[in-house]
Amino acid sequence: MNFLHHFGTYVSLLLGIFSKPENWSMYWKENMRQMNSIGIESIPIVAVVALFIGAVTAVQFAYQVQDFAVPMYYIGYIVRDTMIIEMAPTMTCMILAGKVGSNMASELGNMRITEQIDALEIMGVNTPGYLVGTKLTAALFTIPLLIILAALLGILGGLLAVVLSNIMPIGVYERGLHAFFEPFNVRLMMIKGFVFAFILSTVACFHGYNVKGGAIQIGEASTKAVVHSNILILLSDYIIAEVLL
Amino acid sequence: MIEVKNIKKHFGDKKVLKGISTVFESGKANLIIGTSGSGKTVFMKCLVGLLVPNEGNILYDGEDFLNLNKKERKNIRRKIGMLFQGSALFDSMTVEENVLFPLNMFTDWTMKEKMDRVNFCLERVNLVGANDKFPGEISGGMMKRVGIARSIVLNPKYLFCDEPNSGLDPQTSLLIDELLTDITKDYNITTIINTHDMNSVMGMGEKVVFLHQGYKDWEGSSKDILKSDNQLLNDFIFASDFLKALRKGIDNM
Amino acid sequence: MLLRIFSVPESWYMYWKETVRQMNHIGVGSLIIIGIISFFTGAVTAVQFAYQLSNSYFPPYLLGFVIRDSMIIELAPTLSCLVLAGKVGSNMASELGTMRISEQIDALEVMGINSTSYLVGPKIIASLIIVPPLIIISAFLGVYGGLVAAVNYGIAQEMFEKGLLYMFDPFNIVIMLVKAFVFAFLIATVSCYQGFYVKGGALDIGKASTRAVVFSSILVVLFDYLIAVVMT
Repeated sequence: MNFLHHFGTYVSLLLGIFSKPENWSMYWKENMRQMNSIGIESIPIVAVVALFIGAVTAVQFAYQVQDFAVPMYYIGYIVRDTMIIEMAPTMTCMILAGKVGSNMASELGNMRITEQIDALEIMGVNTPGYLVGTKLTAALFTIPLLIILAALLGILGGLLAVVLSNIMPIGVYERGLHAFFEPFNVRLMMIKGFVFAFILSTVACFHGYNVKGGAIQIGEASTKAVVHSNILILLSDYIIAEVLL
Repeated sequence: MIEVKNIKKHFGDKKVLKGISTVFESGKANLIIGTSGSGKTVFMKCLVGLLVPNEGNILYDGEDFLNLNKKERKNIRRKIGMLFQGSALFDSMTVEENVLFPLNMFTDWTMKEKMDRVNFCLERVNLVGANDKFPGEISGGMMKRVGIARSIVLNPKYLFCDEPNSGLDPQTSLLIDELLTDITKDYNITTIINTHDMNSVMGMGEKVVFLHQGYKDWEGSSKDILKSDNQLLNDFIFASDFLKALRKGIDNM
Repeated sequence: MLLRIFSVPESWYMYWKETVRQMNHIGVGSLIIIGIISFFTGAVTAVQFAYQLSNSYFPPYLLGFVIRDSMIIELAPTLSCLVLAGKVGSNMASELGTMRISEQIDALEVMGINSTSYLVGPKIIASLIIVPPLIIISAFLGVYGGLVAAVNYGIAQEMFEKGLLYMFDPFNIVIMLVKAFVFAFLIATVSCYQGFYVKGGALDIGKASTRAVVFSSILVVLFDYLIAVVMT
């Protein structure tokens, strides 16, 4: 019952987005501001995390397969595919749920508590469209780009790790990078990127937009935003994998 | 002019407004008073449409607000200005951008016209030279004034103020009250103010509506209050011993 | 801040009570999310690895082996702790931030209580005690999720189980636990630091909790790499 109530609120918030903007240029400006805060400001963390995840994957895979007669260049192939299929979209979006999601929830929660949302509403602004819609479009645009960046840097991280740890020469890793390449995997990555971006931005906005209470409730909303989007991301990750593979 | 007819609102089983009817006239400062929990805030939120009443009608100059479609309601919203209790300034924007925001959103004026209007409004609330400050950097009284400037920038016909004096010292309160009265007179606005500040009630209350437990218990002007023998109203207005003594003095005159 | 934690508590009992409260909050409160996430991570890894293997010459029972080792070495500790950084870390930062802004920390100081050791100490100790068991649960559930998904995908259960028992190296468990302790320490200290020194208002609490998530996530993957290089 409670779940149905929340789900209903979530859906009606999403439907509220679809209304003609009062002023296109103001919406565009807000959209740009969000793209900056979601996209540009997340580049450092996404980059650092992807580099190290790629490095760890390479080192640990080398360790896992050392007892097998697996050709060395396989490491390059495994790192490439793991990054593209799983690590780049899923890991990046889980990190972004922690950073961007909690940020959206606390920003909207703060606006709700201090009556800024009411103030916009009184002026006649469609707040789901202006506040949530712009965040959603910004997320759908920037997060897939961040994921591509993460995939490239993850592969680079794997390369640096194997070369620095003297596991194999650079040429062998590169040979693995070219082995068994399946363009479909890139499409898979992009599908995941869009789905996850949608989930994390709408779930976070939902929790922030509907805050009631004070500062403590803002904190709770941002925690809920992180928890629920992480769960939904992994759930849909599995569904996508099950359906498309 | 805003006519309110038999407004009722309940949350679950809890009845907050139990049928309130009154008229708020233009060019006047209309005050809504009452103890905490009397339903003032809910009443005001119903008037501006942030809450939807379960029963009743609200007529904005004859137009039935609750039975309008979304677009027509938006048109009325454009004529409403509201000053919030905590000012509700957008904290990612400067003072100037806050006041500019409604103009950017709803007008197609040139930048120069918009800036002229913004500076005019900021001057009107005696706030010059704070254009580039952020809300976090200015005092509570200044935030209220920015809030007033933002709410009048689109020339509203109706102005709602939710406890404009809360958290302000008595002197600043008086200045804000004077400012609201002047603006109301100058632009013939229908101003509706939620308050429990007795100075405001006596100073600017041309029309006072007293709410008690969801009912309208009394209405009249601030002059009538002194003569009223409504027990609940007297308990509310003359709460302290000092004021009770004052009241006795009036009675003995 | 960390040094100030090591002062003699005013009342051991109060500190113990606070530690238990935090353990409940961090551990029991995170059980569900860690459970769900581990299960699906295992499932996804199984499906995707089976797909990756389908165009090479690995025997299918390797799937169980790979899932087991990936969960133990990497996914259970790292992924769980990244999720915990988002949940517990942001929570600690916003809790302490709220206490700072609403002058509750000042109130404790005035009472003569060492607020650092009373508020931060129990959180760190509770994390160190409760996060490793969470990671162990996560590893088990991940392997189980992998099993369910593999059977769904059409790989015989016996095959998967054969892989699970294949070439088990107990040292991997040591790696997992080392990671768990290190990550728990990082998340708790970084988040408490961000929350404890908040200045400003509600908006700054939000910023502090975002910073807590960002810095602890980065440190978690950084140390993940360092531990991998040193221990493998």
